[in-house]
Amino acid sequence: MSAPATSFSAVVAAAPLSIALVGNPNCGKTALFNRLTGSRQKVANYAGVTVERKEGRFLAPSGRLVRVLDLPGAYSLNATSADEAITRDVCLGLHAVEARPDLMVCVADATNLRLHLRFVLELIRIGRPMVLALNMSDAAARRGILIDRDKLSRQLGIPIVSTVAVQRNGVRDLIAQLDRAPPPPPIGQHDANLHAEVRRLLADCVTMPRHTAAIDDALDRVVLHPVWGLAILALLMFVMFQAVFTGARPFMDGISNGMQVFGTWLGATLPDGPLRSLVQDGIVAGAGTVITFLPQILLLFLFILVLEESGYLPRAAFLLDRLMVGAGLTGRSFIPLLSSFACAIPGIMATRTIQDRRDRLATILVAPLMTCSARLPVYTLLIAAFIADRKVWGLFSLQGLVLFALYAAGIVSALAVSFAMKLWRHRRGHEVEEHALLLELPSYRIPHVFDVAIGLWERSWIFLRRVGTVILSLTVVLWFLSSFPAAPAGFTGPAIDYSLAGRIGHAMQYVFAPIGFNWQICVALIPGLAAREVAVSSLATVYALSANTEQAATQLQPLIAAQWPLATALSLLAWYVFAPQCLSTLAVIRRETNSVRTMAIAAGYLFALAYLASLVTYQIAHALA
Amino acid sequence: MHQLTDLPRNTNATISEVVAHGDHDPIAVRLAELGFVQGEPVRVVAKGPVGGDPVLVQIGYTRFALRRSEAARVMVSAETA
Repeated sequence: MSAPATSFSAVVAAAPLSIALVGNPNCGKTALFNRLTGSRQKVANYAGVTVERKEGRFLAPSGRLVRVLDLPGAYSLNATSADEAITRDVCLGLHAVEARPDLMVCVADATNLRLHLRFVLELIRIGRPMVLALNMSDAAARRGILIDRDKLSRQLGIPIVSTVAVQRNGVRDLIAQLDRAPPPPPIGQHDANLHAEVRRLLADCVTMPRHTAAIDDALDRVVLHPVWGLAILALLMFVMFQAVFTGARPFMDGISNGMQVFGTWLGATLPDGPLRSLVQDGIVAGAGTVITFLPQILLLFLFILVLEESGYLPRAAFLLDRLMVGAGLTGRSFIPLLSSFACAIPGIMATRTIQDRRDRLATILVAPLMTCSARLPVYTLLIAAFIADRKVWGLFSLQGLVLFALYAAGIVSALAVSFAMKLWRHRRGHEVEEHALLLELPSYRIPHVFDVAIGLWERSWIFLRRVGTVILSLTVVLWFLSSFPAAPAGFTGPAIDYSLAGRIGHAMQYVFAPIGFNWQICVALIPGLAAREVAVSSLATVYALSANTEQAATQLQPLIAAQWPLATALSLLAWYVFAPQCLSTLAVIRRETNSVRTMAIAAGYLFALAYLASLVTYQIAHALA
Repeated sequence: MHQLTDLPRNTNATISEVVAHGDHDPIAVRLAELGFVQGEPVRVVAKGPVGGDPVLVQIGYTRFALRRSEAARVMVSAETA
């Protein structure tokens, strides 16, 4: 992925060229973008809207700098979603901020020209310099699709290059074309019937042996089968979660051990005093614990990316659509909700693919109910401490069953909440307009390592940045709260009791006593608002400081097992199923909906459900005990 | 002539028209943009596991999942075998 070396003077000489990649969804545009720009990408949002803006750059052989804008996929300039509106505005030069590109590179799937050519013709009508990239030309050749490129190019009036985005030198011709002088703008026929024109061009320039790939037919017969299809989906989900929870274990243990060694080393190196306490009890025990979950999150993202790249995820949406519509969602909600099992933040961001505004809102509001991996440390700690490690019916582990029940509780309550929202919309008369699906199921593809790697890198970077900023600063704040003011000489209780955190915790206890939370839990809930997993490290901090021990995290489990009643532990588990203990999620909801009110509604209903669930759990468990 | 929803699986048919619901029917417009226009050959490839909803429609080289209410807008005439 290295651009040829060029002399400095050559770089200065050629004026930079700005190009935009435009095309239908599933045309392999993003793979082409990755191939052109490699890791030199910048991902942000378009101002004021929640559409992802991807820009990258590369040096052409002549030394010319090429800026590449990857526009959202669109079927037509007649936009039906925020994504498509951005593409339309940039192409037509109507966008308020984004400058019109010098050249449009229209990307079309060579195996799907009937659909993609229509959009090409629509873009030609704009009358701006344009190049057509026939992508996946290797797949087209394999399927015996013959395209007379020269003839098609003459008839369209624009240069055409073949590209194979997934091959190392698959964009050579495109780069060479970009390095030449921009082609003259084409002259589109404004009165022509686009469909008739597409048919004529296909008949003239393309020979197709058959309409579909035989492999797609064969796979879809099984994958979309009413019985086998659902069985395969269930099996895939099962394998995925097994792999995520058992496969990541050794890596997590490795990181966790490394952190402990590091903490001990720091303890021995730094002089005794507030600085050592801050680094050891605050930063290493806090943010260090969170890093431990990186392998799990990466593995889950890896599965989702591979399923996405292979073309399976839209199939899953197809299988589940009817069921999800029944619950007030859409088949398209499946992907965002699945991502939310790793983390609600990418999940909520993925709701951008849901065109219907109401479906999107419903999905965003229930996404935090999916059991994200940040809840796992809390669940794992409490289950290990309070649930007996024994077999049920000689087959299932009781601890595993409890974990499963917690996941199921999240899913069931998400469906119940979205169903309630659907009923509410009906009663308010908001359901006049039909919800649309119109989902394309692309051809199956073998996921490409390069694109999966870039996707994985982008997502893990978001997570690490969160650990580095929000979580780290909040653990420091908590450490400060729980260390100051220092107890005066002669104070008999543990030092933290005297600190600010201790006082806040004691004050909160009045509200949380009915659901069985002691003051230590109350204290841990405050920084736990930063992110759920922080609650574990906060508990460690609270107890480590109060018990004055060094290896806090490892001693936490027996400590709480001895000090907390079972009812308290169960109540805390119930709390974590619902509570929006994650400020980042709430921030993302606000950003994605552009509405503080929606965020407040989400936070309000989730906290209310959490309190209610914990109250019921605690009172029942307490009465039975 | 019947609705696409009534077409049995793997029966070749040709679109005779797309019926819009009212004057401003974004779904009918989008269907046309996706290639659901008169004279195009279509085939129902698969049906959803619950109530045969959605239907998976092969049109040209592409497969689209349409909910029954969407597919009901598409009127087809089946090819006589």
